[in-house]
Amino acid sequence: MSEARQFQHIGQRTIRPDGFDKVTGRANYGADFTLPGMVWGKILRSPYAHAKITKLDVSKAEAHPDVLAVATHQDLPSVNAEAFAAGETAMDVLDLARNVLADQKVLYHGHAIAAVAAKTEAAAEVALDLIEIEYEVLTPVVTLDAAIAAGAPVLHEDMLTQGLDQPATEPSNIASRMELKKGDVEAGFKEADVIVERVYETPTVHQGYIEPHATVVRYDDKAPSLVWASTQGHFDVRAAVSKLLKMKLGQIKVIASEIGGGFGGKTTVYLEPVAMILSKKSGRPVKMVMSREEVFRASGPASASRSKVRIGAKQNGELVAMEASLHFEAGAFKGSPMGPGCMTIFTPYDVPNMYVEGFDVVLNKPKVAAYRAPGAPQAEFAAEMAMNELANKLDMDPIELRLKNAAKEGTQTIYGPKLKQVGLIECLEAAKQSPHYQSAIGDGCGRGLAAGFWFNIGGQSSVTLNLNPDGTGTIIEGSPDIGGSRASMQMMAAEVLGIEPSRLNPLVADTETLPYNQTTGGSRTTFATGMAVIEAAEDVVSQLKERAAALWNVTTEQVDYKNGVALNLAGDDQMTLAEICAAAEKTGGQISGRANVNARGAGPSFAVHLCDVKVDQETGKTDVVRYTAIQDAGKAIHPSYVEGQYQGGAVQGIGWALNEEYVYSDDGVMENAGFLDYRIPLASDLPEIETIIVEVPNAFHPFGVRGVGETGIVPPLGAVASAVSDAIDTPVTKIPCSPPHVLSMILNRG
Amino acid sequence: MKTHVETTINGEPVECLIDPSTTLLGMLRNDLGMTGTKEGCGSGDCGACSVVMDGELVCSCLVLGVEASGADIETIEGVADRDKLHVIQEKFLEHAALQCGICTPGLIVSTKALLAENPNPTEEEARYYLAGNLCRCTGYDKIIKAVMDAASAVREA
Amino acid sequence: MVAVTYHAPTSLDEAVALLSSSELPAKVLAGGTDLIIQMQKLVTEQRLIVDLKKIDGMQSATLSDEGLTLGPSLCCAKLTRRDDIKDVFPGLVEAAYLIGSSQVQGRASVGGNLCNASPAADTIPALIANRAVCQIVGKAGERSVPVESFVVGVGKNCLEPDEILKAIVIPHPGKATSDAYLRFIPRTEMDIAVASAGASISLDSDGICTNARVAIGAVAPTALVVEEAARKLIGQPINEATLEAVSQAASDASTPISDRRGTAEFRRHVVGVLAKRAVMAAADRAKEK
Repeated sequence: MSEARQFQHIGQRTIRPDGFDKVTGRANYGADFTLPGMVWGKILRSPYAHAKITKLDVSKAEAHPDVLAVATHQDLPSVNAEAFAAGETAMDVLDLARNVLADQKVLYHGHAIAAVAAKTEAAAEVALDLIEIEYEVLTPVVTLDAAIAAGAPVLHEDMLTQGLDQPATEPSNIASRMELKKGDVEAGFKEADVIVERVYETPTVHQGYIEPHATVVRYDDKAPSLVWASTQGHFDVRAAVSKLLKMKLGQIKVIASEIGGGFGGKTTVYLEPVAMILSKKSGRPVKMVMSREEVFRASGPASASRSKVRIGAKQNGELVAMEASLHFEAGAFKGSPMGPGCMTIFTPYDVPNMYVEGFDVVLNKPKVAAYRAPGAPQAEFAAEMAMNELANKLDMDPIELRLKNAAKEGTQTIYGPKLKQVGLIECLEAAKQSPHYQSAIGDGCGRGLAAGFWFNIGGQSSVTLNLNPDGTGTIIEGSPDIGGSRASMQMMAAEVLGIEPSRLNPLVADTETLPYNQTTGGSRTTFATGMAVIEAAEDVVSQLKERAAALWNVTTEQVDYKNGVALNLAGDDQMTLAEICAAAEKTGGQISGRANVNARGAGPSFAVHLCDVKVDQETGKTDVVRYTAIQDAGKAIHPSYVEGQYQGGAVQGIGWALNEEYVYSDDGVMENAGFLDYRIPLASDLPEIETIIVEVPNAFHPFGVRGVGETGIVPPLGAVASAVSDAIDTPVTKIPCSPPHVLSMILNRG
Repeated sequence: MKTHVETTINGEPVECLIDPSTTLLGMLRNDLGMTGTKEGCGSGDCGACSVVMDGELVCSCLVLGVEASGADIETIEGVADRDKLHVIQEKFLEHAALQCGICTPGLIVSTKALLAENPNPTEEEARYYLAGNLCRCTGYDKIIKAVMDAASAVREA
Repeated sequence: MVAVTYHAPTSLDEAVALLSSSELPAKVLAGGTDLIIQMQKLVTEQRLIVDLKKIDGMQSATLSDEGLTLGPSLCCAKLTRRDDIKDVFPGLVEAAYLIGSSQVQGRASVGGNLCNASPAADTIPALIANRAVCQIVGKAGERSVPVESFVVGVGKNCLEPDEILKAIVIPHPGKATSDAYLRFIPRTEMDIAVASAGASISLDSDGICTNARVAIGAVAPTALVVEEAARKLIGQPINEATLEAVSQAASDASTPISDRRGTAEFRRHVVGVLAKRAVMAAADRAKEK
């Protein structure tokens, strides 16, 4: 195991190997790629949130002299409903086909209907205008209440709610219901001295990646078609294109460009299948880039939610029962993260009686996609707010209340497994001792805190590690690098091989170079791809020993390998890695290690965040004045990038809690589809984000790694909202705490 | 009808033939193949397309290519001296002030403009000057630390 | 993007001639930070763009004892570096400084902000508070219009299609007079004003207000002069009672809408808060002078 292990490279703050390209502008992102003969693709989008397409005539667009091809849903082969996994969410092939190009019905404002490929962007826009469409406009369903109301207009005539005790006979907008239970909540509540029961709401928000979706696709009849895409999972792009267009996997080569942010939003496809059709029809490579407005209207935001939560405790703070009913908005097609929401909501607490039910609801908004711990921020926000109110009512410190009930090794989760060793208690203790918590709350300020949990996943990763005759080498891995993971791969390989990290160049290979690699998501990369890197490096080490043994004419058991040097235990000889590589030709050829893993044992990461805010009581404006993010990393391979994940997740959560929301008209049109009015945090909005890395090693990773990328977005919603509650002396139940909302709470407080 | 534009980019004379509706950003990326300057929003709200034009920091998505006629443009491609990084670039790497890196070119150009105007900014001044550069990955913390460290390194140089 | 024909004349006469004779709809270009965004929304239209920046005087700013003559195309970054102008008109410079980000400052101009005539334009309440006058030139000659009459509706100014804003003239405020501009936005930068207020206050040696002008923005189709606020201030000390009266007058004068940036109730309340804070800030500055 890795406790108290001394590392040579792990834990250092190296310069990332792709850094030079990133700071000079040389790195190539989705829109930075061109091919000879390339043409531009643009999409025609629905002006209505809910309508039947009664006429679609593309002939005038096709006739435009600068247009080379037009695509509609008719160009997609007929597909059946079929679930397939992509990142942390499941996709349905039929739904995906209807999302990338609408099939007879448009289900959200901005829904793609047709696409053109033209010689210039301007010509493409003119051509879109030439497409003739007529609609039968239907009543848009734009709120949760409207979607679940009796007699609501139904989006999908074949949608019968799954998961009900009595099977549904009439279609509705509730795609599914889920139920999880542990113990007996009714009996539990009878023991409660204090109960908190509230309804909490969170809005539709967007991941907010600064790089819009972009792809260049070249269809080829005789060779693999090429897809260059900004994506978190190029193997899943391949799978999606394969299923949608009925092409064999071997006919598609996907290159993952550098990616300008994803956070879950780039684990599905929007443009790639459409570009493939256009390329096939036009015989030219096709480039498609979403505008910022298209990103907001027609990619995959995160679910809005409504959570009814009831928790009860004895006077001494011991929780006796926790219950919740969660509604998640899925957007136009089924598949919100309602499931993970139900599973995570109460997991930070070891309580004998729990009941959670969840509903996945469709309505006329874009189909949601994953956003950093999908479902957990929404659900855990509700639980954490209730916990803080409970602490208030019990006159108990909110950290003490959590310590008293904290999940730990052996805790039975509501979703099945028992937790292995986890670090929540350590995070809570660190929070208690932190300079932030020890400091007095400033004048006119309020303080809040919240805990957070995410499971993290393992999954399939594949790595090849090639060494050169001069002892330099390449780590070929398949995880698009969204945050600096190549540096960690370099360090993990270097640790095993005992050489300087800079001698190894990590690269993210395309889908033809490696077997399947699961999407970069689920906080899996440092854990699972790291595991594969370590295994591939260990494979190299065993080969190095064999080669040294051959050169020394001893058995492999007589060779040891430490710190980059092979030692002949039967003599005095030593050989460095470089020396063994120089002789590789003689001993059997060049040395290359390999690992294909389906990593198990991903360790969950718990976090606790502290937040102080100052509220202008005359205007409702809230400023975050101090913030600390404390999280268990298991083992921080590269501390700077671990801190970076904590800080990035915290700030996304701060935005979610304070100012971010999709504003919809009654017609279902998003009114703030741009960075001007969709307000993500700015540098001037924020203080320093202090971080504390807690390390409770994960026994299932050779170095103790836990994924850290996602948990960090979970606590800020509760930490910020409870800080506001504290500052205005009123419980917040709805975010964002935008100034009009906060002022209204101030003016209306009892 | 296309317009002939003659301009200076990173000290070198450049010319191209563009549609007058082309923005400077479009001219750089599509007509000149200089893709270091990024498009995040096309409406001046994100700063990813930041360049310096005649000594002023601007969003190149809000400048027409034809307006660049006779002007002096500095882009990210001109910040390093071939393979010798500018101290701002070095500090960004040292402080891990980038994760996905898409906002980084804009931030580096903006930081260079900040330090040219105010060589000794306070942290607050730096945050406000750079408010027009959106970053979604880092939470800005390490970016500001890199900027303050770069400021001090530039002052000492 | 629209199809563009672009000209950069070097004299006002040439510019006016271009605008008068154009068969295409014509737009003048200063900083472009509003115009270029608007042009992107058009697909099949054509426009004549007349770039004013090469015309002498359009980018100058001359300060004298009489006041400030401001070229309408001077970018805010250059204007706000003028310490001499900041000394005399701190509120106006404040307002110019708040337009957008550092990058937008490198192009946006006071004249462009005024002509674009957004109800939430930052410069307009400050210009009104400072009694600015707009000098206009067209094929029929020159005319002057006080700034509060320059904007006539949402996104509409009083210029004829052949007319150009030539200069903004702001009279010197004189002794013991200063100004301030405040706006409310949900973040700390970048946002369009949800409500705003500009004030110019003159004080006598006892701290009694001898002259006042208060203007509010983003709470009506155009920025408004709040005469009632001035009435409550003149002859009074700047104390809690007068400030409350100013606040009430500003709220009462507002006719805000509810939109993605704020509710009507919120705007009405906040503009009152900003008006009193702007008056306080202007008064504090006036005391220093």
